[in-house]
Amino acid sequence: MFFAASLALLAAMLLMLVRLFAGPSLYDRVLALNAFGTKTVLLIGLVGFVTDRPDFMDIALLYALINFVGTIAVLKFFRYRALGDIDDDAAPGKPGAPS
Amino acid sequence: MIEMVLDIATGVLLAGGSFFLLVGSIGVLRLPDFYSRMHAAGVTDTLGAELILLAMILQTGFSLITVKLIAIGFFMFFTSPTSTHAVANAAWAAGVRPLLGKDLKPGDGEAGPKDGAAS
Amino acid sequence: MLRGIILALGLFGLWLLLSGVYKPLWIGLGAGSAIAVTLLVMRMDVLDSEGLPAQMRFGTFRYWGWLQAEIVKANLAVTKILLSPRMNISPAIIRIKPTQQSDTGRVTFANSITLTPGTVTVDTDGDAFIVHAVDESFADMDALADMDRRVTVIEQR
Repeated sequence: MFFAASLALLAAMLLMLVRLFAGPSLYDRVLALNAFGTKTVLLIGLVGFVTDRPDFMDIALLYALINFVGTIAVLKFFRYRALGDIDDDAAPGKPGAPS
Repeated sequence: MIEMVLDIATGVLLAGGSFFLLVGSIGVLRLPDFYSRMHAAGVTDTLGAELILLAMILQTGFSLITVKLIAIGFFMFFTSPTSTHAVANAAWAAGVRPLLGKDLKPGDGEAGPKDGAAS
Repeated sequence: MLRGIILALGLFGLWLLLSGVYKPLWIGLGAGSAIAVTLLVMRMDVLDSEGLPAQMRFGTFRYWGWLQAEIVKANLAVTKILLSPRMNISPAIIRIKPTQQSDTGRVTFANSITLTPGTVTVDTDGDAFIVHAVDESFADMDALADMDRRVTVIEQR
């Protein structure tokens, strides 16, 4: 049962990978990456059930955290070309954008 | 007896979750522009993920794993709109404009900031 | 200070939840790291109504239940669109003025809009939210106004 769901999840991830590589814009890719990460979290959980190793839930939880922070970091980097202190004047289009 | 009911419920939830996950992915592939693709990704992030997590919760009974699964669910509930908005806002700020209307014409961003016209 | 205590307790609770080992040493380590993180956060001076929005009311939980029902409905509607063979969508951009006073209330409203599939808050323009809807049927001002009203109810001023 969980194995079948994992297969469906893998198929969905494959479709998401197509969008990830096809683009066309950076934002499509980030969107696909984020959705891919969400599915990865679920897949880790399901694999934990398939192999009967409940410790996988910790990894899934951690991956959920990293996925969120990673998405924000990628977007922040491409918006400001920096990850540390943001110079507000350097922001394209939106002066005083929240950092 | 209860075991069997739980198993059936789990199966139904897993099937539903997989269905919504696949639909979301198909939508991300099929939709014409970035802004509409966001909505398809939203289907995966909300209902698909919730159903699968719920199915796993049903199978664990009540233990620390259940609490962890609920924590994952809560975390997704809070972060998925934030990251979706972050992507959308980044695209909008960079001047990407959505296709609008029945014939999917590139929008002029009439509701947007004054300086963004490029699409 | 109150926020600091809430944060420390929350972090300690998270530690207990994740560790699963309840020996005095481990619990002590958890308490120590929770306090250390709290002190660090207070030194960074990010512990305000934005960093730890502990000011929302209990009605929040009832709102989440309502929101969950809305999410399911919106998901079914979006699924119908995604699976229709010709996919006749007409995306729209709408503006909506939130009636919440506090930042937390507005963030809750904007996130609720984003969380229901079919509508995504794209940007703010002065007082108003710019919302992208995948189809005109989702750009339903009455439904959004209803959600706005519900968020304003749970918002504490």
